[in-house]
Amino acid sequence: MTILVGEMGASSSPRSGRRANRSPVPEITGERREHLLFLLSWISPLILVVLWEAASRTGVLSAHVLPPPSGVVFTAWKQAVGGTLFRDLFTSLARAMLGFLIGGGIGFALGTLVGFSLLFGALIDRSVQMLRTIPFLALLPLVIVWFGVGEAQKVFMVSLGVMFPIYINTVLGIRQVDPKLIELGRVCGLGRTRMIREIVLPGALPSLLTGVRYSLATAWLALVVAETIGASAGIGYLALDAREFLRTDVVVLTIVIYAGIGILADSTARWLERRLLDWHPSYAREARR
Amino acid sequence: MNVAPRASAPLETAAVVAGLVRAYGERRVLDHVDLHIARGEFVALIGRSGCGKTTLLRALAGLDSIQGGRIEAPRTPAVIFQEHRLLPWKSLWQNVALGLGEPGARDRASAALEEVGLGDRLDDWPRTLSGGQAQRVALARALVREPTLLLLDEPFAALDALTRIQMHRLIKRLVAKHRPGVLLVTHDVDEAINLADRILIMRGGGLARDLAVTRPIDAADLRAELLSELGVGVETD
Repeated sequence: MTILVGEMGASSSPRSGRRANRSPVPEITGERREHLLFLLSWISPLILVVLWEAASRTGVLSAHVLPPPSGVVFTAWKQAVGGTLFRDLFTSLARAMLGFLIGGGIGFALGTLVGFSLLFGALIDRSVQMLRTIPFLALLPLVIVWFGVGEAQKVFMVSLGVMFPIYINTVLGIRQVDPKLIELGRVCGLGRTRMIREIVLPGALPSLLTGVRYSLATAWLALVVAETIGASAGIGYLALDAREFLRTDVVVLTIVIYAGIGILADSTARWLERRLLDWHPSYAREARR
Repeated sequence: MNVAPRASAPLETAAVVAGLVRAYGERRVLDHVDLHIARGEFVALIGRSGCGKTTLLRALAGLDSIQGGRIEAPRTPAVIFQEHRLLPWKSLWQNVALGLGEPGARDRASAALEEVGLGDRLDDWPRTLSGGQAQRVALARALVREPTLLLLDEPFAALDALTRIQMHRLIKRLVAKHRPGVLLVTHDVDEAINLADRILIMRGGGLARDLAVTRPIDAADLRAELLSELGVGVETD
């Protein structure tokens, strides 16, 4: 495993001397090559957008099927200035946040109990693992019966999506803490509380953050689905409303917003990992890259 | 640091073991072991793999339960393991200060790191250390507790030969200065001769020999004797 990582690191190095010698064409090396590759990685999506615009402008692509990117940008501006875009965005984010806090809190609490106590493990774990096998989106009809199509239904769906990844990764993280370090804590005379605070929880943190990152994605997915069924505000409502009037430009705009917030959530989670796991050998390596 | 006066030190007891029994089911790993370690005394315990030497050390550290006999040892002796066991999420000084009382913990940790030659790296992460440096931090973590009993479980086994020589010198110097009673578990005969005042040989769950190392020593003779005790005869061509 270690050897593999080492080799991968060596072969992907742009300064690899052997490769440069083998190539018949004088190769661009060093930072310049890295810059060019970076530029190239942005050029291809840009070309796609330009092709899309061209197809719309020439009428190959009907505006009812897919509006041109420029049209979407224009719609975004109009919605932001005169429409309800910000209010809807705020509503959606608040739902996601609340659901994340509730689901994450429950998942973390249950995970901690099960991680530390074999008794709680026996009581809870099997039930949670069985519930986990249900694709949580399949519960939506039932949740609508319970809560109607109000705020509670949406927050509940998000909580449900968040709870399981957090639970599983908390249990895993706590159980995987090196028993040798626990033993060291005993030798150093740590009591139960300090053992948990100084050894178990920091040891479980990498796994816990993986859970957070994963659950942010599920939270968002849950929200999209929950909002698309009956809502009077929020990004999903915006899309729903636009569909009624065949406003594909607004629909595409909501899709872009969903994507943008997904990216934002993911990079927030990555940023947290970099900050909190600075001590971790493999995360630190990733951060230096 | 509170160092006992040199003259009275050898009389003080660091640890006593009497009639110690440790068993896994029916199998007795330690069978009525008796041992006395004085403060300032460096005792090496050697024996073949699986003879029970680490089991004895773990019993002394209070890490395992015992099935019979009596152990008198400090409630929390300092232990250095074969692996450094530094907490990767704590800086070096926080690792050294683990479990110390709050006031002055950083200063004490800093002084201990200074002693092992890492005084300029208080805030570094353990991942930035080499194997030998990490083991030196583990040594600082043990000594900062001002232990009366220091337990060493093959702490040099994973180090390269040159680093091991440096560690031997360092530990000799620091043990002479702080004068804890030391029990070193090792399978390395030369290491035992180099460091210890007394060498115990363990065989079949008991202490088979107790050899005082009086200096100057005839290392070659002692080495041959120890090896033959361990069942490794000296080769003759």
